[in-house]
Amino acid sequence: MMEFDTIAAISTPSGEGAIAIVRLSGPEAVAIANRLFRAPGSKALADQASHTIHYGHIEDPATKEIAEEVMVALMRAPKTFTREDVVEINCHGGIVSVNRVLSLALRAGARLAEPGEFTKRAFLNGRIDLSQAEAVMDLIRAKTDRAMDVALTQMEGRLSRLISSLRQALLESIAQMEVNIDYPEYDDVEEMTRPMMLEKAQWVQSEIAKLLQTSQQGKILREGLSTVIIGRPNVGKSSLLNSLVQENKAIVTEIAGTTRDIIEEYVNVRGVPLRLVDTAGIRETEDIVERIGVERSRKVLKEADLILYVLNYAEKLTEEDLLLFEAVRDMNYIVVINKTDLPQQIDLDQVKELTSDTRLVTTSLIEEEGIDQLEEAIAELFFEGEIEAGDMTYVSNVRHISLLHQAHQTISDAISAAEMDVPVDMIQIDVTRTWEILGEIIGDTADDGLLNQLFSQFCLGK
Amino acid sequence: MPQYEAGTFDVIVVGAGHAGAEAALASARMGAKTLVLTMNLDMIAFMPCNPSIGGPAKGIVVREIDAMGGAMGRVIDKTHIQMRMLNTAKGPAVRALRAQADKVLYQQEMKRLMEEQENLSLHQGIAEELIVEDGEVKGLITQVGGIYRAETVVITTGTFLRGEIIIGDLRYSSGPNHQQPSIKLAENLEQLGFETVRFKTGTPPRINSNSIDYSKTEIQPGDDVPRAFSFETTEFIMDQMPCWLTYTTSETHQIIDENLHLSPMYSGMAKGTGPRYCPSIEDKIVRFSDKPRHQIFLEPEGRSTREVYVQGLSTSLPEHVQRKLLESIPGLEKADMMRSGYAIEYDAIVPTQLWPTLESKQLTNLYTAGQINGTSGYEEAAGQGLMAGINAAAKVLGKEEVILSRSDAYIGVLIDDLVTKGTSEPYRLLTSRAEYRLLLRHDNADLRLTELGYQLGMITEERYARFLEKKDHIEDEIKRLRGIIIKPNEQTQEAIRNAGGSELKDGIRAADLLKRPEMNYDMIASLTESDIALSDEVKEQVEIHVKYEGYIEKSLQQVDKLKKMENKKIPENIDYDAISGLATEARGKLKEVQPLSIAQATRISGVNPADISILLVYIEQGRIAKV
Ligand SMILES: Cc1cc2nc3c(=O)[nH]c(=O)nc-3n(C[C@H](O)[C@H](O)[C@H](O)COP(=O)(O)OP(=O)(O)OC[C@H]3O[C@@H](n4cnc5c(N)ncnc54)[C@H](O)[C@@H]3O)c2cc1C
Ligand SMILES: Nc1nc2c(ncn2[C@@H]2O[C@H](COP(=O)(O)OP(=O)(O)O)[C@@H](O)[C@H]2O)c(=O)[nH]1
Ligand SMILES: [Mg+2]
Repeated sequence: MMEFDTIAAISTPSGEGAIAIVRLSGPEAVAIANRLFRAPGSKALADQASHTIHYGHIEDPATKEIAEEVMVALMRAPKTFTREDVVEINCHGGIVSVNRVLSLALRAGARLAEPGEFTKRAFLNGRIDLSQAEAVMDLIRAKTDRAMDVALTQMEGRLSRLISSLRQALLESIAQMEVNIDYPEYDDVEEMTRPMMLEKAQWVQSEIAKLLQTSQQGKILREGLSTVIIGRPNVGKSSLLNSLVQENKAIVTEIAGTTRDIIEEYVNVRGVPLRLVDTAGIRETEDIVERIGVERSRKVLKEADLILYVLNYAEKLTEEDLLLFEAVRDMNYIVVINKTDLPQQIDLDQVKELTSDTRLVTTSLIEEEGIDQLEEAIAELFFEGEIEAGDMTYVSNVRHISLLHQAHQTISDAISAAEMDVPVDMIQIDVTRTWEILGEIIGDTADDGLLNQLFSQFCLGK
Repeated sequence: MPQYEAGTFDVIVVGAGHAGAEAALASARMGAKTLVLTMNLDMIAFMPCNPSIGGPAKGIVVREIDAMGGAMGRVIDKTHIQMRMLNTAKGPAVRALRAQADKVLYQQEMKRLMEEQENLSLHQGIAEELIVEDGEVKGLITQVGGIYRAETVVITTGTFLRGEIIIGDLRYSSGPNHQQPSIKLAENLEQLGFETVRFKTGTPPRINSNSIDYSKTEIQPGDDVPRAFSFETTEFIMDQMPCWLTYTTSETHQIIDENLHLSPMYSGMAKGTGPRYCPSIEDKIVRFSDKPRHQIFLEPEGRSTREVYVQGLSTSLPEHVQRKLLESIPGLEKADMMRSGYAIEYDAIVPTQLWPTLESKQLTNLYTAGQINGTSGYEEAAGQGLMAGINAAAKVLGKEEVILSRSDAYIGVLIDDLVTKGTSEPYRLLTSRAEYRLLLRHDNADLRLTELGYQLGMITEERYARFLEKKDHIEDEIKRLRGIIIKPNEQTQEAIRNAGGSELKDGIRAADLLKRPEMNYDMIASLTESDIALSDEVKEQVEIHVKYEGYIEKSLQQVDKLKKMENKKIPENIDYDAISGLATEARGKLKEVQPLSIAQATRISGVNPADISILLVYIEQGRIAKV
């Protein structure tokens, strides 16, 4: 058998059915799953027999928080698809939970599988018939190219520019450090000091942390968009929720162990996972403005990523509607004018003026009309029409997030070393690694970058 | 011209520069009957540029050469006028030695070493033509018709191939320092199908020390502690000569500006590609016009001469401008210029035409090493010379070929870069080229390579025994420190307080205490009674290993991954045209480089992960088909 590292990927296409599987394959598959899997009262996963299935929870080892309820299938080499150790984690939570489990597996040491890689391994380990070789090669070519296309489109944005600027900042320090090392006599090159390194590293660390926190796509993946439906009583909020849920086979998961009992409903709308949070004061928001005032309610609403603001087509706008408009100003919201099956009373021009360039959708939930348009509006708002929904988007995203986590780890290592009096050139090892990892995100691995920087930034030589 | 049979050898080395000398000595030491044929026996291991050996990365190469039984370290230890450890304020990974050489003594010492080497003959002569039969080299013919036959030939002719010196608007055919160029051999190689590039390098003027006003310069002394490159050296030269530092002035810059049109670099006279890390003074002033001054180091060329090398003033401006430049520099107002600086252009062979053994892909049994392969620098040349010599001899002696990995040595990085990526300018080693520099340290070169040197027959039994003992001491001491608990008693707390650390709350393993930045080995040793007296080298290893364990561990994990990929060999006769799915660029590059392993393939620019996957599938297909 050939030796490989351990790979992981979602093995059911996203959006199809309620159950999705995270599949791990490779020498560390069992160990990695073991690190994440908790089943009180039974043996550790690593001690279980091959070809057995276990019920339990996936836990985030960093926070000890329980992430998902799962069934885990344990299959040891060689009687597996890839002829390596394989672990399949069956998640019930749909795309959001499966993405979360995948992220944890990647953080626990697995590498995100390339497209077609399980098949490739199966082939390389002699599991697949020889005649399929050509087909496998085509598959690899085609899928990789497509993944790269998607990655590229995604990259032509804010994220790419941000990462490039972080890399450039790191590169300048690295180049300066290298010059200090390779040309120790040169007095006109400032000596890189620990405080300088620390400052740069801390800045990069906080930028990466911000990216991890605010990167819209990252957020989508880790927890879904937290979505709030607001509007006056009886405009059709509950109906809207039910429509979205029915259309999209939402799964209700109860997460135990938290202080409040929160019920989260996940729906996957055209590739955008929404988390409809049902807590006191959020889901039932009819009286929210009255109860706590515009300012406070703005604060509550601010925590949402997306607001669906429902109006009644068959009634005139009221004072309360106007207050709500005030409350959602500058936020991500979509106006839903419901009950178009009834005679119009609402002043559409006035609504348009109030919403300015925000998206506006009309529905009749009773007649099941307009829901498609609403879903499209949601998808557009977050992919801005640039990215097709589909599993590639998720794969790339998870890859980015996982790399960002790694970069965050290495830069944090650099920081703690800098705080501990470790020599600067040792600290630089982690700084360089961070630079490399960030390069992987934007697909920039050109290795003469550093030398070019070195010789253009400094005047060197005899 | 009448020809005659001049002799038959196992290995012939052409050229006795830094590459040739190591190649010949290694080959002979391994037991191959070796000839070194060189143009001028008085120019063995000549330094056409700096009278200096070592420095960051390069100094580590010298240690590596020595760890495998090579000569450079031993020779410079006997012939230097000054030695310094660089980067002492930084971590152990980037420390390196540099020596100022007594240029003439260095040559004499190297010559003597070669003369005394068993199995080695030194002949003066110029190689003009290779004897080739069926794509294999069988020997060579000299300018006087001598026919030398051998199983393998190593060419190390440096900057001599179609060498041309350029000063101002003058350009003439010449080797370095006005020696003869090698034109016939260059033509022969061209006929044999070698692809070449035109590179360029330069050197500054030399001046008479008596004409320097040193009071206007700053002294740059060597270290006053004993230093040596070689693990064998026991006698240290403590009587050292200093270097001196001065600076260019605005007047210097003005002279250059005014005369730039006379510079061959800017008039279009010189066409070869020069190294970015070794720019001429005119280059520096044009490219970094905002810098008010540049450093100039004055380096004595030896004890028996008054000639001084003016580092920082490399130039090919006309001689009269060079004089003016010197006069504009504090301390050099009255400088008596003994030799002017010049640029030299030469042919180098494109190194992707070589296997990682440095054997030619198109001409079996022919090896090339040194500046002919597109590098620059004595240490780079010597490192390649050593490996080419080892492999040329190994082939004759029926031993296995030796390829150093990027994780074994800087020499491995150097050769892998050359044969995998090629080079678009004269290649110099830099610390940043090594991904595993924490493992490739100055201090542990013997631990990395002496075992290999011993297996090759290049290390004496006596030295090997000492090496094994050192290794044991290191391992035992690390084990001891990991096992011992240091108690928080008054003696301990006081020692820690004195070092500026925070007191212990509990007992702690000695190794863990040593990890604290403020602690060093000797402090820890004094807190744990030990009866064995350890050498400084052992203490240093123990300290580095324990202190930087975390970093070393991380590097080792990366190396592990590399090794796995290196173990995936690509079959020798693979037909890249038969692999459907490879991108066109990747196919072309793979055919050119012919990587030996998947690891090497991944380093070729233009070969993407998808191509690597396809390659893996294809190779495995072949393997299965054979079974
Ligand atoms: C002007 C100049 C400036 C330089 N500046 C720098 C610098 O700034 N920095 C730096 O790192 N390096 C510099 N170098 C490069 C450094 O000197 C070389 O890289 C190093 O000496 C190369 O070693 P080598 O063994 O490959 O070749 P060399 O040391 O050049 O040795 C070549 C040997 O081959 C012999 N030879 C040539 N042709 C034949 C033949 N046909 N038959 C028999 N023998 C032959 C020669 O006599 C000589 O002994 C410079 C070199 C020159 C010439
Ligand atoms: N005619 C009509 N009635 C609707 C429509 N959507 C919801 N309703 C009705 O309006 C009432 C209030 O709906 P509900 O979803 O509970 O509103 P909420 O108070 O905002 O949550 C219910 O009787 C629904 O059946 C619609 O599109 N057309
Ligand atoms: Mg309701």
